[in-house]
Amino acid sequence: MYDLIIVGAGPAGITAAVYSARKKMKTLVITKNIGGYASLSSTVENYIGYQFISGLELVKKFEEHLKSFDIEIKENTEVLCVRKLNNHLRVETDKGEYECLTAIVATGREPRILGVPGEIKFRNRGVTYCATCDAPLFAGKDVAVIGGGNSAMDAAIQLMSIANKIYLINIDDDLAGDEVMIEKIKKSDKVEILNNAKTKEISGNKFVNNIKIQVNKSAERILDVQGVFIEIGSMPVKGPGCGVNTNEKDEIIVNQRCETDIPGLFAAGDVTDVPEKQIIVAAGQGAIASLSAFKYISKNIFDA
Amino acid sequence: MAKIKVYSTPTCPYCRLAKNFLKEKGVDFEDVDVSVDRKAAEEMIQKSGQMGVPQIEINEKIIVGFDKGAIERELGK
Repeated sequence: MYDLIIVGAGPAGITAAVYSARKKMKTLVITKNIGGYASLSSTVENYIGYQFISGLELVKKFEEHLKSFDIEIKENTEVLCVRKLNNHLRVETDKGEYECLTAIVATGREPRILGVPGEIKFRNRGVTYCATCDAPLFAGKDVAVIGGGNSAMDAAIQLMSIANKIYLINIDDDLAGDEVMIEKIKKSDKVEILNNAKTKEISGNKFVNNIKIQVNKSAERILDVQGVFIEIGSMPVKGPGCGVNTNEKDEIIVNQRCETDIPGLFAAGDVTDVPEKQIIVAAGQGAIASLSAFKYISKNIFDA
Repeated sequence: MAKIKVYSTPTCPYCRLAKNFLKEKGVDFEDVDVSVDRKAAEEMIQKSGQMGVPQIEINEKIIVGFDKGAIERELGK
């Protein structure tokens, strides 16, 4: 029986682990990877103590700090559910089950999926969620970018110098984001903006050949493209908090103590309804959640 | 020693994570930048049937994405 199991090892999870180690709680960290989304930020200029650091380097520092303590860590493991039993919790993963008195869900966020036929089938076969990674593979090809915000425009701008033709498929009336980017997109003769456009299906053989879209209420149109860049924001990875209360954005609802509606279950960082999704805010919540878990155990007597 | 090739692009964070991981393991690898080497890009897509980086080729087996567990398993063989 662990005192605390932390699910996720981004800024929130790592900070929670450091705090629990200092409280000498018997802790297990279960995570897919160390660092999470934060490691993907090209530069971080607002984490106190570092005027300028890459996400990757900052995460490296976090990891060093984490590993300076004797904390048990299981990487490459996916948590499916944290289940409330009588007076403790059971963490169910793809590699086994673990029991604990308290748990913190700190799983962060992941790219939002579109949810149309063909999206999963053609993932990495023309469908990508990382323009920064995969854009160079679409040199001279026709592509579609799905989305109308800053990240979609950023993807389109990156593709301007690489792809042959770029369709920007925007579900809203107009692009929403930085004026500088909108201007750049509108000036480019490579980009065709399709507003009020709904993506219906992604098709192909081995790789993507085309997408089906519908503009306003008009007839569906087929666009021949070899690449589909999905940039429609992110969603919380709330899977492990199965049954926990969430808001309309699927974020886990926590109070100031990072408590959820399930006694003994806490949540921290970007997976929660905290108003600002920032590395430093996530780290701060990790600290609160860990101290709350410690107080919860101190207050309750368990027959562990 | 296994022959290892990492197909990557310079801007891709997961590629950097994968390469750092291999460096930490102390294994030698060939870094193939598919953003400039179009022929290598085609070769990668042909071999794996997948268009995404990073792809890590170890002993002719291709691992798509940065999957620590899969890399470790393949290195351990």
